[in-house]
Amino acid sequence: MTRRSLALHLAILAAGVVAPVLFPGHTIQFAVLWIMILFALTWDTMGGQMGYNSLGNILFFGLGMYVCAATQIGLYYDLASYTASSGAIKIDFTDPQYFVGLALGVLLAAVVPVVVAAILSWVLFGLRGPYFAIGTLGAAIAAAELTAAWNYVGGGSGIAMPVFPGGPGERERFFYFACMVGTVFCYLFLRWLYRTRFSLAINAIRDDEDKAEALGLHTRRYKMVAWSVSAFFLGIAGALFGNMTGFIEPLEVAYPTLTFGIFMVAMTLLGGKGTLWGPIIGAVLFYTIKEITWTYLLGWQWIALGLLIIVNVVYFQQGIMGWLMQRKPEWFGVRVDPAPAGDAAARGRE
Amino acid sequence: MKGITINSARLGAAVAAALVLAGPVAAGDDTITLGSAISITGKYSQEGKNASDGYNLTVKMINERGGIKINGKTYKLAIKYYDDESTPARTAQLLERLISQDGIKYMLGPYASGPTKAAAPVVEKYKIPMVEAEGASRSLFTQGYRYLFAALSTSEQYLAPAIHLAAELAQKEGKKPSDLKIAMAFENDPFSQDIRAGVEEDAKKLGMKIVVDDKLPRDLSDMSATLTKVKALKPDIIFVSGHTKGAATATRQMHEMGVNAPMVAMTHCESANLTGKFAGAAEGILCPTQWAETLKYKDDLYGSAMGFNTLFKKTYPEYNIVPYQAAQGAAAVEIWADAFRRAQSFDSEKLRDALAATDMETFYGHIKFSPAGNNIAKPMVLRQIQGGKYVVVAPSKYASDPVVFPRKPTN
Amino acid sequence: MDRAGLMAGAVVSMWENLQILIAAPVFNAQLLINGLTVGAIFALAGYGLALVWGVTNVKNLAQGDFVMMGGYIAYELGKHGVHPIAALIPTAAFMFAFGWVVYRLVIRRVIQLDLFTSLLATFGLAIVVQQSLNLVFGPDVRTVNSGLGEIKMFGGMVEVTEIRLVAFGLCVLLAAGMVLFMKKSRMGQAIRATAQDARAARVLGVNTDRVYALTFSLNAAICGAAGVLIAMIWVIQPFYGIAYSVRAFVIVTAAGLGNLTAVIVTALGLGVIEQYSGFVLGAQFQQATIVGLLLAILIWRQVVLMRQRKALQ
Repeated sequence: MTRRSLALHLAILAAGVVAPVLFPGHTIQFAVLWIMILFALTWDTMGGQMGYNSLGNILFFGLGMYVCAATQIGLYYDLASYTASSGAIKIDFTDPQYFVGLALGVLLAAVVPVVVAAILSWVLFGLRGPYFAIGTLGAAIAAAELTAAWNYVGGGSGIAMPVFPGGPGERERFFYFACMVGTVFCYLFLRWLYRTRFSLAINAIRDDEDKAEALGLHTRRYKMVAWSVSAFFLGIAGALFGNMTGFIEPLEVAYPTLTFGIFMVAMTLLGGKGTLWGPIIGAVLFYTIKEITWTYLLGWQWIALGLLIIVNVVYFQQGIMGWLMQRKPEWFGVRVDPAPAGDAAARGRE
Repeated sequence: MKGITINSARLGAAVAAALVLAGPVAAGDDTITLGSAISITGKYSQEGKNASDGYNLTVKMINERGGIKINGKTYKLAIKYYDDESTPARTAQLLERLISQDGIKYMLGPYASGPTKAAAPVVEKYKIPMVEAEGASRSLFTQGYRYLFAALSTSEQYLAPAIHLAAELAQKEGKKPSDLKIAMAFENDPFSQDIRAGVEEDAKKLGMKIVVDDKLPRDLSDMSATLTKVKALKPDIIFVSGHTKGAATATRQMHEMGVNAPMVAMTHCESANLTGKFAGAAEGILCPTQWAETLKYKDDLYGSAMGFNTLFKKTYPEYNIVPYQAAQGAAAVEIWADAFRRAQSFDSEKLRDALAATDMETFYGHIKFSPAGNNIAKPMVLRQIQGGKYVVVAPSKYASDPVVFPRKPTN
Repeated sequence: MDRAGLMAGAVVSMWENLQILIAAPVFNAQLLINGLTVGAIFALAGYGLALVWGVTNVKNLAQGDFVMMGGYIAYELGKHGVHPIAALIPTAAFMFAFGWVVYRLVIRRVIQLDLFTSLLATFGLAIVVQQSLNLVFGPDVRTVNSGLGEIKMFGGMVEVTEIRLVAFGLCVLLAAGMVLFMKKSRMGQAIRATAQDARAARVLGVNTDRVYALTFSLNAAICGAAGVLIAMIWVIQPFYGIAYSVRAFVIVTAAGLGNLTAVIVTALGLGVIEQYSGFVLGAQFQQATIVGLLLAILIWRQVVLMRQRKALQ
């Protein structure tokens, strides 16, 4: 890592650490910002790097959320009784119980989506392009509907999450740092991953899958691993988000296909897919603008969002990073030699 | 993020306020500001508006009468609103902002059970009392929250008067309540499922058999498959609860498919405008309501329930009927004012205790909180659509007309 | 409550529901009629989607929202005293114009791009439409009264609303009209030519841009008409569009792009399956069944193609 880039990374980390102290009222918003960054990064692994645009990544988010909730409560109480007839039992956790439950919950929330991703990839990866997108969207909707029909996890009534032990403000800070750590870990992992042969392989799949397969690449394996990586981090994000919100239910909190599910895509496209920093920039920009304008554009905010997606998709496909790479290739270590005079003359004749 | 300057101004104001021994925290020194994160946009925006219009009307009325007197000084009321977009995640987020950033210490509830379920742990954690009037889920009151108070009747009571009425009528006919068969369709969302839980419990206690128990998906507007089943099984009671959509769809499709039972009860009749849109088809349907303008409640601020009804329609002419959401909202602010007057203090703990000790009559109904925080002094009232109008038929103490039973088929 | 007991209870009630159908076959008739009439309307949405997809290769995720738009136009016209059935023509005309404008502004630019981009563009469009409807009409459900009655059959056991029969008839008419248009008119031929091979059609003098515009606008008009019918039979709400989009996709994925007959048969079948799943499994599984069908069809097509070492794209 160059010194400049190291300085940049440290500056961002410092800002992340300091933010909830400076603006305590916005802690949860900042935590959600980290989650948005994670959303964009994990979507890009599939969509940008591998060319498999998934509209249903939110499935793992919701799955992680529910797995974590079930673990946290189920370890010490009977989940079915808790969810039946709307929380007739009161759940009370001692501090160690809560944290053990949370830790185990987050762990399972990371692992179970990976298993599901592996199974689903066997089922869905024969589809390509828009069929894959529609198929994943269908899977996410199906997950939401099935969860809503399953009484064991509360069905449509949802689950009220265990309360965080600790004073006011502590809960927000705890989860903020948890989200930050999760996202930073995701970033570092992907950063490493994109420097290995693995990323070359998935880029090859993106560029021309049939040729890649013809060259002997086990495309199915790579696709499954890529999706599992996304699932892993999304599950963790879901677990944390569920605890932050305090109350989870299938259609709006856990599997919001029409909001978070689409944000993932919009943010990455905005920032530039296929790059490491594109999703991050896109997420930060998108979410910041959204939060600021939300209150002012009351009533119009969603329309503005839809228009943003259309404009982005139609006119600005390369995203911010792509645009930057075109305009300032020197920033990315690409040296552009000035064309020799003869060529310019030749080009002038065209 | 509004920038550093406003934050330091707020910081300065907060410090100054703290120095004045926790005086009212707001823009002016003689205003008590309540806070509310409510559905200004999103799928509950209509009901959110009903509730906030109710909040605002009471604030206006109290301020017009001079405000609230505490320790010899008079204070006006004000409310700071944020839009939670009808999503629980945002409700929690915005409440934290109201509490920690805006320094509001007295909360009014959001709309609907989901957002209230997200709000409750937040106010509990920060020890900020909240008087809510739009979140009826019973599970809000089984968790031992000390800072949550609800003016409205909780969800499991919604259809209870109907079930008990059915049991009564069965006995009059010489049948046992346990002979009765129930068909029910509830939407698959927290509120409707809470109502269902109440019905299931009551049915079990009385030994009634449930023959159809469907959970309606939220974005589906067709009940015909469910109703075909109902037609085949000929139940004695049909229950439907699915917000406005459920009431409208059920009424129309029951009429179209010739589905009927001796007793048909559904929620949200008023918001679905059954008497306006489905005149003949809606005849005989039983509709529980939290409040009706014909009830004989009284208070000082509005005079009577009808007095509130008239004043509300005058202040907000866009309403043809005053929905009970508005009435409960108005009552919530009255409860806060009453607590301030009795506590004569701005301290959250004293106010919490004052709220817990509430025992007042309002135009909306009698308010008395159980130790868990729900209102145990106001029953749900059952109305029936007779001749295109809503008339109160149960409980008998409030009934203005006898119930028409069994319900005649509409086609 | 015991978990195993709950599951057992669910299975038992499904079995009981099935037994009703066996014991009283007349209710099958009710389910069939309801399913066929709703399927006819799905067929409209499905056919429009197949048309746009086949000709322009754009997968319109905003299909269901166009349907809702049509319903709202009928609702608005109804407030001014226009009978909903009479509103069919102006609604279709308005939606046609709307489709034309959308084509010029958005679709035209994404047609040449990769397939996911066009999908996402229509998704953005869906959001804009939904939220605009929400802004203008509010989130409460709306409905219009057709003023028609019911027909009783089998001694009152089966009832069909006249509006459903009217809707069915209209769908048949529209389908017939579309087939005639495609087969006999010059524009229809141009459309079919463009669908087969756009470049060749262009070379032969067909104005493919016009064809694309017309196709997209026709789709919008068809959706609008479907929406009017839906407003009369059920209720409309700004966010219910996705239910119809999903069903349209299921139909097109199962039936393929070229065959109107296949689309109709699939759509009718889908309607009936939905009714039966709601009856036997319970309403909570109705949506899940549809989405499950979509996944099942996608997987099955994929398996078939994999035998040939191809992929579904």
